[in-house]
Amino acid sequence: MEQTKKTWIDYYKKFGIYIFLAAVFIFFAAAAPNFLSYKNIINILRQVSMFGIVVTGVSAVMIGGGMDLSVGGQMAVVGMILGYFMVNMNMGIVPAIVIGIFIGCLFGSLNGLVAVKLHVAPIIVTLSMMLVLQGVAYLITGGYPITGMPEAFTMIGQGYIGVIPVPVIIFVIFIIFGWIVMNKTYLGRHIYALGGNKEAARLAGINVDRLTVFIYAFTGFAASIAAIIMVGRTNASQPGAGSSYPFDCMTAACLGGISISGGEGKISGVVVGVIILGILDNGLVLMGVNSNFQSVVKGLILLAAVAIDCYQVKTKKS
Amino acid sequence: MHKPDSAVFKRKVWAASGSGMRGNMANTILSVREIVKDYPGVRAIDHLSFDVEEGEIHALIGENGAGKSTLIKTLSGAITPTSGTIIVNGREFSKMDPILAKEQGIGVIYQEFTLVPGISAAENVFLGEKTSAGIFVDIKDRERRAKELFDQMHVEIDVSKPVRDLSPACQQIVEIAKAVSKDVKILIMDEPTAPLTVSEVETLFQIVRNLKKRGVTIIYISHRLEELFELADRVTVMRDGAYVGTEKIQDIDRQKLIAMMAGRELKETFPSRNTDLGEEVLRVEHLYGNGDKDISFTLHKGEILGFAGLVGAGRTELMRVIYGADPMESGKIFLHGQEVQIHSCNDAIASGIGYIPEDRKAQGVFLPMSIKWNTIINNLKAFSNGIFVDEKKENETAADYQKKFGIKTPSLDQRVRNLSGGNQQKVVIAKTLAANSEIIIFDEPTRGIDVGAKQEIYKLMNELVEGGKSIIMVSSDMPELMGMSDRIVVIYEGVKTGEVAKEEFNQNYILDLASGGNENGTDEKNMD
Ligand SMILES: Nc1ncnc2c1ncn2[C@@H]1O[C@H](COP(=O)(O)OP(=O)(O)OP(=O)(O)O)[C@@H](O)[C@H]1O
Ligand SMILES: [Mg+2]
Repeated sequence: MEQTKKTWIDYYKKFGIYIFLAAVFIFFAAAAPNFLSYKNIINILRQVSMFGIVVTGVSAVMIGGGMDLSVGGQMAVVGMILGYFMVNMNMGIVPAIVIGIFIGCLFGSLNGLVAVKLHVAPIIVTLSMMLVLQGVAYLITGGYPITGMPEAFTMIGQGYIGVIPVPVIIFVIFIIFGWIVMNKTYLGRHIYALGGNKEAARLAGINVDRLTVFIYAFTGFAASIAAIIMVGRTNASQPGAGSSYPFDCMTAACLGGISISGGEGKISGVVVGVIILGILDNGLVLMGVNSNFQSVVKGLILLAAVAIDCYQVKTKKS
Repeated sequence: MHKPDSAVFKRKVWAASGSGMRGNMANTILSVREIVKDYPGVRAIDHLSFDVEEGEIHALIGENGAGKSTLIKTLSGAITPTSGTIIVNGREFSKMDPILAKEQGIGVIYQEFTLVPGISAAENVFLGEKTSAGIFVDIKDRERRAKELFDQMHVEIDVSKPVRDLSPACQQIVEIAKAVSKDVKILIMDEPTAPLTVSEVETLFQIVRNLKKRGVTIIYISHRLEELFELADRVTVMRDGAYVGTEKIQDIDRQKLIAMMAGRELKETFPSRNTDLGEEVLRVEHLYGNGDKDISFTLHKGEILGFAGLVGAGRTELMRVIYGADPMESGKIFLHGQEVQIHSCNDAIASGIGYIPEDRKAQGVFLPMSIKWNTIINNLKAFSNGIFVDEKKENETAADYQKKFGIKTPSLDQRVRNLSGGNQQKVVIAKTLAANSEIIIFDEPTRGIDVGAKQEIYKLMNELVEGGKSIIMVSSDMPELMGMSDRIVVIYEGVKTGEVAKEEFNQNYILDLASGGNENGTDEKNMD
């Protein structure tokens, strides 16, 4: 009895998230109409791409022992600024994008700087930042969305290269980049070190403050890229956009095995976590499940996945 | 999954107690029978059986990773054995759980502290206890009762202070008070003296002896073998998770114990080395900061400079300032005659200073990461081509140190969290040495390390200085400090009270300096 339980848990540790993915996929393939259609799969991928880019950023912060609840606000503000520059001020696409990315990085750095310099817990810093930015997004136009982006710009969100949507390509570049950084470079190791044991990291000669600011800036970068895709895809800047992102991102990251307490988790897991959440969102809609119930399902799935993971950590520790 | 299990075995308990005690174990209070504990890839305990008699002090020894901590965790119910039986007071159990262990009067002081740092000593002592009726905690009452306990132990501890502000020695005593307050019949202590210095050890021994007088049975784990001859009645030796033997302490000597632990004869010496002291590499002048006042000293090429002092004297604090981990208020640091500014650990590393911190869990290792990952983290730049980590070199280096120190593990990919305490310490040392610094500060390097591995570390220190490096060694182990150092600086309450040359090494003299320079020695112990 004891033995079988152990092997099951070990098995889960290795493949659990993939089993989850397979189960969810098979379930919706059977239960949701049109789920397997080409159009729907592409749709899921596109949906997942924008979201996944942000989750990659959030995961980096979480591996480094932090947290970022302000990504949604960052996306909204960057989105509004993009629209404002391109539509209201007739700025060129490239300068607008550059400014948008710059502002995203700036917001991120600000998070990091406040956390480091004022010693405020990341959850408080980014929660405050979230509230501020959500307000700012509305202030820019007084709450009105901006529409009518330049056509070339909408390509970023809607276009294809060959048969593959542009956002998917950007996402793939992002995760390859993220995977290499986190696994192969010493920058990545420093991030794990920071999240695993901050004091030991400091004594190992790592400039923990600078690194912290850098990671938050990276998350801001990721959020701004996602904002560009979002505005391009919907052809509109919405002040309320991204409001569900902070917690959805954490959900995906945790599903993917990122530890809330930092220092643990893999980018590959994150990708799977993102896809699971994407399939759930899409499949439940196709099945006509109402949105409140979707939320219930997501919550339960997260709890189940993380509970099994924790159970295994507990038995291992003892 | 735990609940039903424990219900099943509670029934078993009743059945066992109903069938009465076993006659042939009249004064055996605790036995383990054929205990096995498996972890993935490791058998931590291998069909272990032994008995503990009521009222004795029973020492349990073995090399790092022998399975001592794992065994006591099965006794306290922190973990479940894979198979085997635990018999307490004649009752058989297939496993323990913490509540049941408490009911059976088993108290444990773990190798790693389990205190809550932010709350007071009194609160910690009675943590999880209901000390008054109703839902409110009567803090004054708790403080009074904690004070009583400490008085019984003849120690002075501010019961209202958060334990994080107490010295390690005091924290250890709080741990003991915590166990004792629960009216224990069997007290298990896992390396309780590791963080203590000689005089503090004496206090602890006094407490242990008093407990024994009150009829408490004690299981005592330590790598400091000399302690056993002062304290223990019997000693059981483990090796590779298995039982090797039990001896009465008067029937055995140190050499034999070491041979039993290691499975071979093992010489215990401070290996001699062949070095000429070279030019001055480090000079510290009038350093103030982190509680230390006006400290000056020099370190030469090829030298091992010892730092003696009581726990809390300010040695670690001094090293942290030199290493840039804590700020210097005033003073100067010279490397090769050149003044240097060290504002961060990174500056120190760049100037060729390495530091092996004393608190391995808080400052030394990254528990969730692998052994090899930890080994190279202090010097990643040297293990990468600017951006990417050279994984081949990582593997080789880690394997190298594993072999050198005998780090006991099925694989270098094992998480450090899963290593035994002593093996974690070896990783901390490997990690600093892999950074290849010119001056290396060893802060309590052999804490919790077994006799054999200690020899390896001493040898390695010698190799380092013979290769032209310089070492600063902070240690509370006096024989070790005197055996290894060329010179010893003594610190008392943040002030340098003396500097002793090798020819003048004398334990009592150094201890006097360490307790404020009192000329008439008060310490009755002499381990020369
Ligand atoms: N959670 C775990 N997972 C995997 N292996 C473990 C775990 N806990 C302990 N081990 C292994 O079990 C063995 C025994 O460890 P244990 O901590 O009992 O040693 P010890 O005798 O207390 O050593 P030390 O003197 O260093 O404290 C070691 O090889 C260790 O690596
Ligand atoms: Mg141990």
